[in-house]
Parts: sequence; structure tokens; C-alpha cells
Amino acid sequence: MVHCPNCGGIPSSRTQRQNPLQNNTISTWAAPFYHLGDHCLALLADLGSMGLFLVSALAGLFRRPFRGRELVRQLRFIGAGSIAVIFFTALSSGMVLGLQGSYTLNKFGAEGMLGSAVSLTLIMELGPILTALMVAGRAGSAICAEIGIMRISEQIDALECMAVDPFRYLISPKFLAAIISVPLLTAMFDVVGIWGGYLAGVQLMGANSGSYFSSMSQSITNHEIRIGLIKSFVFALLVIWISAGRGYFVYRIRGAGFGAESVSKVTTQAVVLSSIAVLIFDYLLTAVLL
Amino acid sequence: MTYSAAAEATAIEFVRVSKTFGDRERRHRVLNEVNWAVPKGKTTVIAGGSGQGKSVTLKLILGLLKPDSGQILVDGEDVVKMGQSQLRQLRTKFGVLFQGAALFDSLTVFENIALPLRERTKLKEAEIRAKVMATLATLELAGHEEKYPAQLSGGMKKRVGLARALQLKPEIVLFDEPTTGLDPLMTLEIYSLFQRMQRQLGYTAVIVSHDIPKVFELADRIVLINKGEADVFSEASEIIKSDKPHIRDFAEKTMGI
Ligand SMILES: Nc1ncnc2c1ncn2[C@@H]1O[C@H](COP(=O)(O)OP(=O)(O)OP(=O)(O)O)[C@@H](O)[C@H]1O
Ligand SMILES: [Mg+2]
Repeated sequence: MVHCPNCGGIPSSRTQRQNPLQNNTISTWAAPFYHLGDHCLALLADLGSMGLFLVSALAGLFRRPFRGRELVRQLRFIGAGSIAVIFFTALSSGMVLGLQGSYTLNKFGAEGMLGSAVSLTLIMELGPILTALMVAGRAGSAICAEIGIMRISEQIDALECMAVDPFRYLISPKFLAAIISVPLLTAMFDVVGIWGGYLAGVQLMGANSGSYFSSMSQSITNHEIRIGLIKSFVFALLVIWISAGRGYFVYRIRGAGFGAESVSKVTTQAVVLSSIAVLIFDYLLTAVLL
Repeated sequence: MTYSAAAEATAIEFVRVSKTFGDRERRHRVLNEVNWAVPKGKTTVIAGGSGQGKSVTLKLILGLLKPDSGQILVDGEDVVKMGQSQLRQLRTKFGVLFQGAALFDSLTVFENIALPLRERTKLKEAEIRAKVMATLATLELAGHEEKYPAQLSGGMKKRVGLARALQLKPEIVLFDEPTTGLDPLMTLEIYSLFQRMQRQLGYTAVIVSHDIPKVFELADRIVLINKGEADVFSEASEIIKSDKPHIRDFAEKTMGI
């Protein structure tokens, strides 16, 4: 009997189906294909439920009564709570850009372009990406664990039994808070980063202060700023969607195990998946929007 | 206590319901085509050994789990076929106490009990406070309202869960082991509270309990779940007369007859 280690003991809709392997209707050589198909189906089902999850979470934003106080709490957690992390990330990456940029540009005798290089990199790429990655690591993981624990301790079931919509009550405020906070944090990242680049490139490396800012104002137009803004919106949605969704479906995720262990695995998964998703979507968005 | 089967309305009805869990290699059949009903406005007690499917039965009624086959009718409507929004509508009728109480662990006792009132009614904060405090006093929880669930004992959690379940004046209450973890005096108090509340509110009650034989005093109907089968009795003394040996055995051992 061929046995797939990943299938064992996880309650899911798949387990309700007949197993052709057990009935010997499929020969042993076909078993890998059977399992491949099986895993693809599970993946599709997973994507489908994540899709429905996104729709419900967005619909929950428009259901009354709106939970204003919860939104403020989440804004404080996701937004205000990330300010220090974002500040230091932005400062150090801006300073690195300043150093690295003036070193590279010096080789071409183009150190007058330093401001332009630093600000374009920050506004269009590093700002949105690093902000999203930091928020995924800091707030996404916490949100995933919180929702996962509420799921396994039946608190989400309890909400549903009180006929309180868990999306409106619990999940949609987190979505809205992320969608508001991340673009603002990104803007802050850009400003601090540009200032860091100035510190390193101009103050330490001695580039010209006037051309740092004039080259910047020449190369940055609304187009660049819009691209950065769109990216940060999309990244915010990706991070909160994947983090909250993984937690919400903790009991259904294959191979995650049960209880505390399942929450820890799913939390890791949330951070890894949302980071990868951010990087992939960054490429796609850049390709489309440039 | 007697009842006439013909004359009463049913609140919940199980029609040939089967439920299995687990992997195809290790399939575990919890309910095997069970048929039974809960009479409206009365108390039905579900008993049976540990792991026989009592909590699963309650989750089936609420639509939190789906059966493999069969119908589960609540006020004549099949829960199995309902979508999310219909289920949400249906659940407004219920007050539920989970076996593990399922309190919101980042909210205080007060906020836990106030949650259904805040989310589902338009009551003012002062009215909510008055209602919650009154319930806390009945359940001897006064003075604990600022504590978090992690700071409570097992029995206190159960009582907070009960208080939360009863806030919205439910038509049907489902209590999973309401007195487990309570001392004998408190258990008696809870039972008399149930009787008072049922007289006041006229709700239909389904109580899962291991507290045999005491809980049978509350029962208008008793359902024994064992090895995938459900056997219905109208009173405790009938159980001993059952023609199934394992049920007579259960009765002898648990009821001390
Ligand atoms: N989500 C689940 N996945 C797999 N099996 C489950 C699940 N929930 C319950 N079961 C199984 O169903 C059976 C019935 O469980 P249930 O919780 O209904 O027992 P119970 O009658 O309430 O027992 P107790 O009196 O100990 O609470 C158990 O054997 C349990 O292993
Ligand atoms: Mg149980």
C-alpha cells in the first residue's frame, strides 16, 4: 500500500472521497500521479477558500455596526506600533543607498545624480517592499497567531453561534487598518530614507547638497509617486489577507498538525508566504506600471 | 413526568443523520443514522460515555459541522442545506455554552458577557451594565467582572459561558456540560436556575451532561448516545427497562439502581 505522509489524519473535505488506491483500482506506478492530482486539488480548494475569505473580509467593511474603536486599536497596533521599526529600517537602508550610490556614481563622475538615484529607488521599490516585509514580520505574524488561537479555542465558533459575523467583528477592522497604515508607513519610510541618504551621501561622503535635492525634484514626478502608492496598497492587502487567512483556516491546513503546534506552523507560513507574495507582486506591478 | 408524543411540537429533529471523522484508512463513525427529536419548550438531556458524539451532536445542530448524510431540522428547516447567511439568521435563536466555555480570552468577564448585547442589540451602555451585573450576581460572579478568563477557575469559566449564552433570551439553549467542574451546591443552584429560567423564558433546552442521575430530574426527554446509536427515553426509570443489555448496564452503573 502506497501511503502519503501528508494526508494522514487531517480532517478536510478530501477525506470524504473514496480512495482508489485502497480499492486497488489504480496500480502502484500510478500512485505518484494520483497523489500529485490530489495535492493539486487540495491546493485549488485552498486557493478557493482564501478567495472567499478575501471577499468576505472586504464585504465585512460595509456591514453595520462599524467597529470604530476596534479600528483605532488595530491602527495603533499595525500602524503606530510599527513606526520605530520602519524608522530604523528606513534610516539604515537610506544611509546604505547614500554610501553605495555615491561610491558607484563617483566611478562615472555622476555624483550629482545621487539624490535622484536614492529617491527613485526608495519611492518606487525599497519603500513599499521593506515596509510591507516589516509589517508582515511584526504585525502579520501576530494577527495570524491571534486569529489562529481564536479558531482552535472555538472562539470564532462562539462568535458565529452568537450570530456575530466574525468578519465584521474581527477581521475586517484589521484589513482596513492595514490598508490605511501601510501606505502611510511607506511614505514615512521614503522620507526617512531620503534623509538617511542625505546624511550618508552628503554629510559623510561629501556630495553636493544642492544637487542632491535638485536632481531629486527633477526625477520624481507624480508617476513615480503613484507607482509607489499603488504598490504599498497592494502589498498591504496581500500581507493582511495571507496572514489573517492562514490563521482563520488553521484547522484545515494540511500537515500543520493540531493545537499550539498548528498555530506556530501556520504563523511561520503566513510570514513566508506573504513575503514571497510581496516580492512576486513587486515584479509584476513594476512590469505593468512602469 | 410523562408526555404525549403526538401532542407536542418539535424544535429540533435528527433524521437518519450519520457523521464520520478521519482518514479513509482510519474512518471513525460517530453517529450512524440516528433519529431523534427535541420537543419544543422542554428540556432534553443528552447523556452517554465520553467520546460518543455528544458535543459533535450539538455542533451539528448549529451547522458548525456538516453530517455525511441525513437531515437536521430546526423549526422545520434543514440546517444541512443552509448557506452562511441563513445559518447566521438561524443562530440568532440559540444560546450556546461550549464544553470548553470558549470565552474570548482577550476580553474581561464583563466584556465577554456584554458582547452579545453590544453587538446584537441597541441597548445603551448603562442598560448593558445593569443587565450584566444582574446576571453576574445570580451566578455568584459579582466582583470578578474585571478579571480575564485566564484568571478564572474552570467552574467560573463555565458560569461566565452560561451568563453569556443567556443574555439574548434565546429560544433554544444548547449547554455542553454546564455543571462539570462545579461543586455540588453550585450544581444544584444551576439546576434550579435552569428551571426558573425555563419557566420565565419558555426556551427549549438541550443539555449534555455526565451528571447522572441528578440531571435527569430536569429532563423531559433523555437521549443516550452510544456506539453511533441514539436511544430516546421519556424518563430515567425507563432506561433500566431497555431491551438493550449495554443500556441496562449503563443504567445500573451510573444510576445506582
Ligand atoms: N474535529 C474532529 N476531528 C476528528 N474527530 C473528531 C473531531 N471532533 C470529534 N471527533 C471524534 O468524535 C467523537 C465524539 O466526540 P465528542 O466531542 O462529540 O465526544 P463527547 O460525547 O462530547 O465526549 P465528552 O463527554 O468526553 O465530551 C470522538 O471520538 C472524537 O475523537
Ligand atoms: Mg463533549
